[in-house]
Amino acid sequence: MAHAHAVKRYTGLLDWLTTVDHKKIGILYLFAGFFFFIIGGLEAVLIRIQLWEPMNDFVSAETFNQLLTMHGTTMIFLAAMPMIFALMNAVIPLQIGARDVAFPFVNALGFWTFFFGAVLLNVSWFAGGAPDAGWTSYVPLASPVYSSTHGVDYYVIGLQIAGLGTLIGGINFLVTIINMRAPGMSFMRMPMFTWAAFITSALILFAFPALTVGLVALMFDRLFEANFFDVSQGGNAVLWEHIFWIFGHPEVYILILPAFGIISEVISTFSRKRLFGYSSMVFATVLIGFLGFMVWAHHMFTTGLGPIANALFSIATMLIAVPTGIKIFNWLFTMWGGSIKFTTANLFAVGFVPTFVMGGVTGVMLAAAPADFQYHDSYFVVAHFHYVIVGGLVLGLFSGLFYWWPKMFGRVLNETLGKLFFWLFYIGFHLTFFIQHFLGLMGMPRRVWRYLDGMGFNEMNLISSVGAMLMGLGTIVFIINMIVTGLKPRNASNDPWEDGRTLEWTIPSPPPEYNFAQTPLVRGYDAFWKEKMEGKNAMTPAEPLGPIHMPSPSILPFLMSLGLFIAGFGFMYHNYYIGIGGLVITFGCMFFRSVIDDHGFHIEPEELQDKGVKA
Amino acid sequence: MSGHSHVDGQLPHEPEKATLEGRNKVLGFWLFLGGETVLFGTLFSAFLALRHQVLDGPTEQELFSLPLVAAATLLLLTSSLTSVFAIQAMHNNQVKAMINWLIITVLLGLGFLGLEIYEFYHYVHEGHGFTTSAFSSSFYTLVGFHGAHVAFGILWISLLIAQVFKKGLNVVTAPKIYVAGMYWHFIDVVWVFIFTVVYLMGKVG
Repeated sequence: MAHAHAVKRYTGLLDWLTTVDHKKIGILYLFAGFFFFIIGGLEAVLIRIQLWEPMNDFVSAETFNQLLTMHGTTMIFLAAMPMIFALMNAVIPLQIGARDVAFPFVNALGFWTFFFGAVLLNVSWFAGGAPDAGWTSYVPLASPVYSSTHGVDYYVIGLQIAGLGTLIGGINFLVTIINMRAPGMSFMRMPMFTWAAFITSALILFAFPALTVGLVALMFDRLFEANFFDVSQGGNAVLWEHIFWIFGHPEVYILILPAFGIISEVISTFSRKRLFGYSSMVFATVLIGFLGFMVWAHHMFTTGLGPIANALFSIATMLIAVPTGIKIFNWLFTMWGGSIKFTTANLFAVGFVPTFVMGGVTGVMLAAAPADFQYHDSYFVVAHFHYVIVGGLVLGLFSGLFYWWPKMFGRVLNETLGKLFFWLFYIGFHLTFFIQHFLGLMGMPRRVWRYLDGMGFNEMNLISSVGAMLMGLGTIVFIINMIVTGLKPRNASNDPWEDGRTLEWTIPSPPPEYNFAQTPLVRGYDAFWKEKMEGKNAMTPAEPLGPIHMPSPSILPFLMSLGLFIAGFGFMYHNYYIGIGGLVITFGCMFFRSVIDDHGFHIEPEELQDKGVKA
Repeated sequence: MSGHSHVDGQLPHEPEKATLEGRNKVLGFWLFLGGETVLFGTLFSAFLALRHQVLDGPTEQELFSLPLVAAATLLLLTSSLTSVFAIQAMHNNQVKAMINWLIITVLLGLGFLGLEIYEFYHYVHEGHGFTTSAFSSSFYTLVGFHGAHVAFGILWISLLIAQVFKKGLNVVTAPKIYVAGMYWHFIDVVWVFIFTVVYLMGKVG
């Protein structure tokens, strides 16, 4: 059984293109996601420069529309999602005591389809103009009649390719968490981040196919003259809003739940206390995931669905405040009486709590349908969703990055630079968006290119723009931190925070490619902490040392995604030879994947040594 | 763990679930079908929202001919039964019988696809093109997505038949056959809904 198959091991660039190791895929997701975070951030800065004074003409109206569309689309799909997947890849298998994910090949495929979809979307800047119909791409604005350039074509095709990657990534994590847990790791012993990733993956599974259908329908309308959304041909513009938001609302919970998970881990670790109300946290996460599918029409209160629909969706939306409130109090009670260490990771986590509460409160305000008629499409909405997405998700992501950076790279990020980053970003964030609530209440509509003097908007917009610069400055400090840390030796210990509670802190930083030389035996919630409290400094193994089976690296995921990328261009420009050629590459790779058995290879016990991921 | 454990010996009772890889594949595929359900659910919703918008094109009553659709339904439902026989044969380790049932499944699927292509061809001649109306666009998208799934299933199962010929039935090929069987049932269930929602409701009005 344990014959070592001769397997090709690649080095350098080819290693990264062919890797199926979840830790390396996590690093790929992180750098790709962070790259697009910078792109989306630069777009935001350009938007704020345009709005810093009345009647500014820094960019043209057309460019402004492209900037705001690409800012939203990039941040949601190309920055936030991959950075969530980065942490899920880096941490989930370690937290459940697994050697790998359930489908390493599919995992790599998920990354590469996301990557090529993202590249395709951004190529639009150089090919006659980016999409300019808003990240929600409402029809008729996005229809071929009112959006005749190829911009929206890039949106529908790029997001289809990227969305495919997200969907298969979600399935991979669901199966990993259900099937690959170490002995003793029951569902109610799973760390909160694993729970959050589990529920998020389930939301991805049931939300993304709806987006795919919407995008396919819009693509058919634009490229093949179908009539889904063309009212003159019997189509229905409101149908797009329904399809988009039945995906779009679960999407915001897909984004925020992992942040909830990260915050739970970080606050518990740095308070040196068990997470308060663990089972109620699990319950709240599941309930938020469920209710997330019941509220999509609260984005459409002003569409004219009628008072009954508005009332029902209004109540359903307010209900979500209940499980979210449970979480907030659980975090506060976890900190209560703990011996709190304010590391950078914990600063982000503690800073998250009041910020997210503010986003939640404006959320309940917006959920009141009659009041929403006033707030709708104003800067109040912009302030609200930036409080939940930046103040919620992005703070959570940075908390998680500082917390797990040593586990991913073997180096602890510089704490001084980290704290500077936190304060610049945090103050900048509130400066940018707090004032926008008032701008909205005073009547400034969102998505406007410029505003007149004498409306009372001038000072507030200026303050908002200054805040955006501070956030940009903070991000530069973070980039410097990454570089400075990267130049230091890789000397992080297994448990660099010394208070690690979960399984990832029992193995070297960064972990060897097989993660656990021996699968650990889990004896309770906070598995590592439980052992520590009994005076041990390692887990009890659940199996003897033996050969470890590993999957082989493969270039096929890269080529399959490249095929979709080529096909996307072909169909967009009605060049069907190229389009079909791209699909032939993709399906050809699927064919080879099916007929060529991948036996993987074995690492023998005598080869086991703590060699980590090279990064 | 890998495919070698059982190559020389007797196959286990449920070879598709004998390895962790096999169990992962089966569970992952169930979840994938959950996502596919949402995909078709959304396509059905779009169709239901737009089905009365026929404009100048032919209406559902004028268009649909139930005998043709009934024949297609019969073929596809029977193919679902034969795919069950194939999986049963696999569980009894009767490789020959399994392959034969799979071949019959593929042939029935091809028959269904032939009827559907004829049906679409016929509709286009009656003035019911893809771009005629919102009804026609949503009809072709929903039924066409299903047809594309059938076509993919035919190619997939054919490829698996060839693989079993070459490699035999083992714990690597068995999960593939099992999962393809699940897929085939799924597109069958979707067709039952299409038959009801598109054709029967279309005839009733």
